[in-house]
Amino acid sequence: MSEPLLEVRDLKVRFPTADGIVKAVDGISFSIQPGETLGVVGESGSGKSVTFLAVMGLLDLKAAHVEGQIMFKGRDLLAMGPREMSQIRGMKISMIFQDPLTSLHPFYRVGQQIVEAIRVHREISKRDAWRQAVEMLGRVGIPKPEERARQFPHEFSGGMRQRAMIAMALSLNPDLLIADEPTTALDVTVQAQILDLIGRLKDEFGASVAVITHDLGVVAEHADDVMVMYAGKVAEYGRRDDIYYRAHHPYTWGLLESITRIDQPKTERLRPIPGQPPSLIFVPSGCPFHPRCRHVMDVCKTEIPPLLSEDGRHSSACHLSLREKERIFAEEVAARA
Amino acid sequence: MSIAAVDSGRPLGARQGTEPLLKLEGVKKYFPITKGIVLQRKVGQVHAVDGVDLEVYPGETIGLVGETGCGKSTTARLITRLLDPTEGRIWFEGRDITHLGRRAMRPIRRDVQMVFQDPYASLNPRKSVGSIVAEPMRIHRTLPKDKLKAEVQQLMELVGLNPEHYNRFPHEFSGGQRQRIGLARSLALRPKLIVCDEPVSSLDVSIQAQILNLLEDLQREFNLTYIFIAHDLSVVKHMSDRVAVMYLGRIVEIAAGDTLYRNPKHPYSGALLSAIPIPDPNLAAQKKRIVLEGDVPSPIDPPSGCRFHPRCPRAQFPTCREDDPVLTPHHRGQFAACHFPLEDEAVIQSSA
Repeated sequence: MSEPLLEVRDLKVRFPTADGIVKAVDGISFSIQPGETLGVVGESGSGKSVTFLAVMGLLDLKAAHVEGQIMFKGRDLLAMGPREMSQIRGMKISMIFQDPLTSLHPFYRVGQQIVEAIRVHREISKRDAWRQAVEMLGRVGIPKPEERARQFPHEFSGGMRQRAMIAMALSLNPDLLIADEPTTALDVTVQAQILDLIGRLKDEFGASVAVITHDLGVVAEHADDVMVMYAGKVAEYGRRDDIYYRAHHPYTWGLLESITRIDQPKTERLRPIPGQPPSLIFVPSGCPFHPRCRHVMDVCKTEIPPLLSEDGRHSSACHLSLREKERIFAEEVAARA
Repeated sequence: MSIAAVDSGRPLGARQGTEPLLKLEGVKKYFPITKGIVLQRKVGQVHAVDGVDLEVYPGETIGLVGETGCGKSTTARLITRLLDPTEGRIWFEGRDITHLGRRAMRPIRRDVQMVFQDPYASLNPRKSVGSIVAEPMRIHRTLPKDKLKAEVQQLMELVGLNPEHYNRFPHEFSGGQRQRIGLARSLALRPKLIVCDEPVSSLDVSIQAQILNLLEDLQREFNLTYIFIAHDLSVVKHMSDRVAVMYLGRIVEIAAGDTLYRNPKHPYSGALLSAIPIPDPNLAAQKKRIVLEGDVPSPIDPPSGCRFHPRCPRAQFPTCREDDPVLTPHHRGQFAACHFPLEDEAVIQSSA
């Protein structure tokens, strides 16, 4: 296997608050290979966004305690100074966010904002940067890019704004694009357009992509690897098909069973995960998922299950034996799909 | 309106002679656009809902699905008479309620309730849960004061809340629990029809499933009729007996959920269906994509003829630009407004 582009080792992010320490990310490790797409799935508060804010160096270090290593092309981003980090952020790693309206400045023309992003990192004339901005807007499928570049964000629809954000993020040809819930605010037909666009541009630009989402459907079509997070930890991690066809963690099963599927008849009753997501201050003892787990055993209440790999690629953090996991998945989860 | 369009509301199982609980006929809602501060001139209008015919039968769930700006929430507000229609008629239990005044509407407001999308915005933060749930009963004086508390606690238990939390305030509850509070409030007057406007779209998936199951249980227990509005076709299909697809203020197709999934007839339904992510990589790969170009046109000046023609991959000119298609029957219980409908299994081929 080639050298991973990004390798995160035992990352911990903690926020001390008046109520106690919030363990937003609690010792997670993963990697992204060059040219591949990682899907990161989890519910609100699972730590998925905080993990990638740490990768971008966007956490306020006065408020957050960050530990571990984030190796990017062989160098630890957490050991870098702010000046060095600003060379990487935007240039080598860029990010798009959920709400494209709040991430664009309302007072500046869209083209101008892309020009600014380019000229922060590259010494080229305004005129050349403008030409490049217009070209990028064209490549992300915005019709009449010369005209559109002179418009303001409020003149763009939601989908067009997200395209403009992608144009800006890719204008410096980064190695890694982080997309944090890129389509959650958009309509389904626009969502499909944007996901296709990200997939196509990834190949064109040879970049790696991390897609953060709460929707297992979104990454089914576009991810190579999938990481499922729960309460700041990795619950399950593997190749895409491992997660959809051979899932080994009860939380992943719960997610698969609680989605309404368009391909299933109406008579099929959903099987929700009982209870609420845990507080990150008072995380349950042992396995953080045990209070909501249907297969809970005594050991789950006291011992934290390690993230164990069965075949080098597919790993899950659960005390059930491999045979049990395979049996339950086949009998209960796969049988319904 | 053609005969087919008026008849389109009849569900598969409904016997001849069953009276619809709710009936909309040619309902329109235009919002004026004005210019000037003192002398307001009308310079145009938003055609938010532009001729909707719908019949809803007792005990069924009708799904309304469509993208931002298609008029689904305005339709909900027209049904609950929170807005007055510009044109058209609305009947509830055979009675024309289109122009009923405040006082005459009162008994009908008991029968028609609404559940909103944002459980944070739809609960008064300064009132306890107990008084929020009791409020409809206080306003309509359905129960003597001394029996209110017991009734509220029973309602809370019914929707899966701890009745001891009677005195807590909305901020002490999570999003899913707040949606349960909203449900308890809507059930307080034992309504016949509940309009659910995006009831689960702001919730996490695991919590969504809890609320959807609860809605189904309550429907069975109280013999409720639902109008279920959402932008997510898979959620709508799961909940509904019949699904109506809306585009730019009109219903473009209405059919049983499974018929719509197998054999969508309107190209917009097909596009909507093909855009839905399926959490099964192999199945997702088999799906044929109908990709739409561009954005939804402005409802201020909707396109001539078929409103979908500028984005439609099957449009033929001049027919689609000039003729406004009406809802015509296809499969059993299925009606679509399209001159060149899709063939069967155009998006997903049945493998089994």
